[in-house]
Amino acid sequence: MSGRAQPLIIGAGPAGIRAAEALVEAGLRPLVVDEAPACGGQIYRQRLVPDERSSVALYGSEAPKAERLHRDFAALAGKLDYWPQALLWNLRDGKADIAVGGASRQVAYDGLVLATGATDRVLPIPGWTLPGVFTLGGAQIALKAQGCAIGSRVVFVGSGPLLYLVAWQYMKAGVSVAAVLDTAPFSAKFNLLRGLALEPAVILRGMRMTAELRLKGVALRYGVRDVRIEGEERVGGIAWREDIREMHLACDGVGYGLALRPETQLADLAGCRFRFDARDRAWLPECDAAGRTSVPGVYLAGDGAGIAGADAAELAGERAGLALRQDRGLPHAPERAAAIERSLARIGRFRDVLELAFPFPAHWARDMADETLVCRCEEISAGEIRRAAAHFGTGEINRLKAVSRIGMGRCQGRICGSAAAELLAAETGRSVDAVGRLRSQAPIKPIPLTMALAQPQAEAAE
Amino acid sequence: MSRHLDIDVAIIGGGLVGSSAALALRGMGFSVALLDKGYCGAQASGVNYGGVRRQGRPPEQLPLSQRAHAVWPRLKALIGIDGEFLRSGHLKLARDEADMAALEAYRRSVAGLGLDLELIGHNGLRERFGWIGDNIVGASFCAGDGHANPRLVSTGFAAAARRAGVHVLENTAVQAIARNGPGFALEAGDDLRLSARQVINSAGAWAGAFAETFGEPVPLSRIYPSMVVTEPLDPVMTVNIGMEGGGIYARQVERGNCVVGGERGLPLDDPDFSRPRGEGALAIMNRTAELFPALRHAHAIRFWSGTEGAMPDRNPVIGPSLTTPGLIHAFGFTGAGFQIAPGVGEVLAELIRDGASTTPIEAFSIGRFSTSARTHPGSGAGQNAEPQHAGESRS
Amino acid sequence: MPLLHRIARRDHEAIAFTLDGHACQGRAGDTVLTAILAQAEKLRFSEFSASPRAGFCQMGACQDCWVVLESGERLRACSTALGAGMRIATKGRAA
Repeated sequence: MSGRAQPLIIGAGPAGIRAAEALVEAGLRPLVVDEAPACGGQIYRQRLVPDERSSVALYGSEAPKAERLHRDFAALAGKLDYWPQALLWNLRDGKADIAVGGASRQVAYDGLVLATGATDRVLPIPGWTLPGVFTLGGAQIALKAQGCAIGSRVVFVGSGPLLYLVAWQYMKAGVSVAAVLDTAPFSAKFNLLRGLALEPAVILRGMRMTAELRLKGVALRYGVRDVRIEGEERVGGIAWREDIREMHLACDGVGYGLALRPETQLADLAGCRFRFDARDRAWLPECDAAGRTSVPGVYLAGDGAGIAGADAAELAGERAGLALRQDRGLPHAPERAAAIERSLARIGRFRDVLELAFPFPAHWARDMADETLVCRCEEISAGEIRRAAAHFGTGEINRLKAVSRIGMGRCQGRICGSAAAELLAAETGRSVDAVGRLRSQAPIKPIPLTMALAQPQAEAAE
Repeated sequence: MSRHLDIDVAIIGGGLVGSSAALALRGMGFSVALLDKGYCGAQASGVNYGGVRRQGRPPEQLPLSQRAHAVWPRLKALIGIDGEFLRSGHLKLARDEADMAALEAYRRSVAGLGLDLELIGHNGLRERFGWIGDNIVGASFCAGDGHANPRLVSTGFAAAARRAGVHVLENTAVQAIARNGPGFALEAGDDLRLSARQVINSAGAWAGAFAETFGEPVPLSRIYPSMVVTEPLDPVMTVNIGMEGGGIYARQVERGNCVVGGERGLPLDDPDFSRPRGEGALAIMNRTAELFPALRHAHAIRFWSGTEGAMPDRNPVIGPSLTTPGLIHAFGFTGAGFQIAPGVGEVLAELIRDGASTTPIEAFSIGRFSTSARTHPGSGAGQNAEPQHAGESRS
Repeated sequence: MPLLHRIARRDHEAIAFTLDGHACQGRAGDTVLTAILAQAEKLRFSEFSASPRAGFCQMGACQDCWVVLESGERLRACSTALGAGMRIATKGRAA
């Protein structure tokens, strides 16, 4: 294998770890780069230090999977290179710029597996920048990784399986959960029955959690609209509408999210072709069932390729690893690969069911008041976006960015990009795919001006 | 089924030159089509550094530059937005005595042309611009120069042209162009045919092909200037900064972000798009932190690059075709088009209407590249390069 | 009243830091975000409207929790472990 550079894996969550395992198994020595201090990704994130809580208290029914994943990655030590707390901030022509230990290293790679995961999808609502409002994922991290509740009386709002999961975890941890507000109508939940045949355990677990929430007296509301978070300096309450009824609750913490969105910036910088996915209502990098993208040698695995959950991420990571092996002429376990693809297809059908049960609130863009902030970073309101689109006659998302600054702030449009596209589509009377895709730019996250370019070191041989 | 448009003037390329010409022509009563293969203002005009600067230009550009200088403060009236134009002044820094001597020589060479340059020594810099690092020996200050937001200005001119009645046709690449009787026939986009009495070739980095169609090949190349933007910061930089001999150029916008340029990006697989190089961006960032100590803890939050047409002598091509009556060229601004473009637009409109311009543009004739013509002598344009020109760094 | 409520790790080793000059204590295993919000209501003020912010995603994506040390150094609070002796400032905008 001498002469070829290392394969590079971005992300040490379920997908990245299983990909690494598949490569090591074939005698390759990948470099695994991850932003977190310890492996596990978001779902199986580890605490900075141990505490009094058991693994089951932390990961619930998924504790065995979390433990196995952490253990399996630890077992790979010595057979791969692992850079935690490292940020891949730029990709170009088979070279990666990685910020690690205060310097930037340029790493040539041969084979790239992007296992970049997902973040919460949110649509801006009034008051969403107030202290005390966190994404559902953020609320979960506070609880699991940091042992903190985001309030003493918390409301969870939005949609998606995570809404109920996080609410249930807070309730189990002894935090007062004032309500769960689902933007999807109750009738949509009947779709879940169709998921029973595909993923019975998941459906039953969800039903049990919902029942336990109800039993504990947590108000479960469906079909909520016009959600507003109230407060001056921090969250004081939440208001919403059900049909024509105005509702209100006092609370001091809000967890908010509308399912998840993949992190795709690196696939974009790698030059991957994108397609619009109607189910996820998002532009996703194209890939085949094995994770091969339009760029030879670049593979996708896990939620970064389209939301499918942690179990699918483990499978997809392994599958991408096998594909890389095959493309290098190494043994690639075709039967195992075929079995994985069948499992992934089944999970894909299950995702279709979930999307029906937790549909995207497509009316949001029309309902949005002009004064609501859409871009948290640059503080651009819905009205400013609408005015910019009208004044400049802009109907394309990158042009909207140019004239409105939407997506130009520190987060580079991660948080507001899909909302801006929804607004622009509504303003111009077109479908959301017709306004185009926000192009990614390096650096994908902020980097210090003083960051030095580390001198190239001898490439690790495989 | 094809659409047909019959207009006075077809303008190829919706950058700042093309769209300002379109607006001016419409104001004179001409019917105009502004064609762009992508979006107006999405290439060099919209993604340049944003320097609105006369200082550093070769003397032959200054009449045009002065004409544009009068346009910038009138943007609000002209296009409905001020484009974040700020008459901050432009300060060109000298790193050593040789740089300072070059700045002095430049000042002499443009004396009487309206720049009112002020040379500032080391002590003066410390007093007036204490935020600049101590290793700068002096500078040349042009108080009337400034900076603006290229994304807004370029798009704003095209939007104003549309409101004024120009046919603004985006995503409409010109597929074919030929003389047709006294005018021109163009095919554009999927199904558009245009008849135009006159044509302006303001297609930027893509203008070479159109010039060649009419027997006027030019040595037009592409450059990809590279920019870094910081997070929003408290006000630090009170002026637009350039450096003698190149290096970096920097400005701070009112919202607080510092925009710093230098180095060069690289084209992507689709060469119409480009990105900064990682190591190039790091070099710009490190130099910024060194030159402006107040920025040493700041973060870079985004980069950008764009495609610009460049000429070997760093002067643009502006003026009538020498082979084809009714055709006018305006391209090749080599990273220094932003400030003068609104002036160029006015000049182009005059050329269409009167056949001549009140502003001297002879130095920019396409004839200087014809094989019979003498090659352009070293005019000093190179030494006095725009900061945007700086590809090489000096330590 | 602080924004976050500790429900675990309460007895872990104390880590001293200062917040706008006031002596504070975090716990071993805290991120900077947790340490600040376990005693305060906000991390910073937005640059443009000066409205209070306290982070959002807690996973390094939204970039809404950058805080400044008195030295001028920037930290993303959600993804930086609290260090002993950190002198954190939540006031004003970075320069």
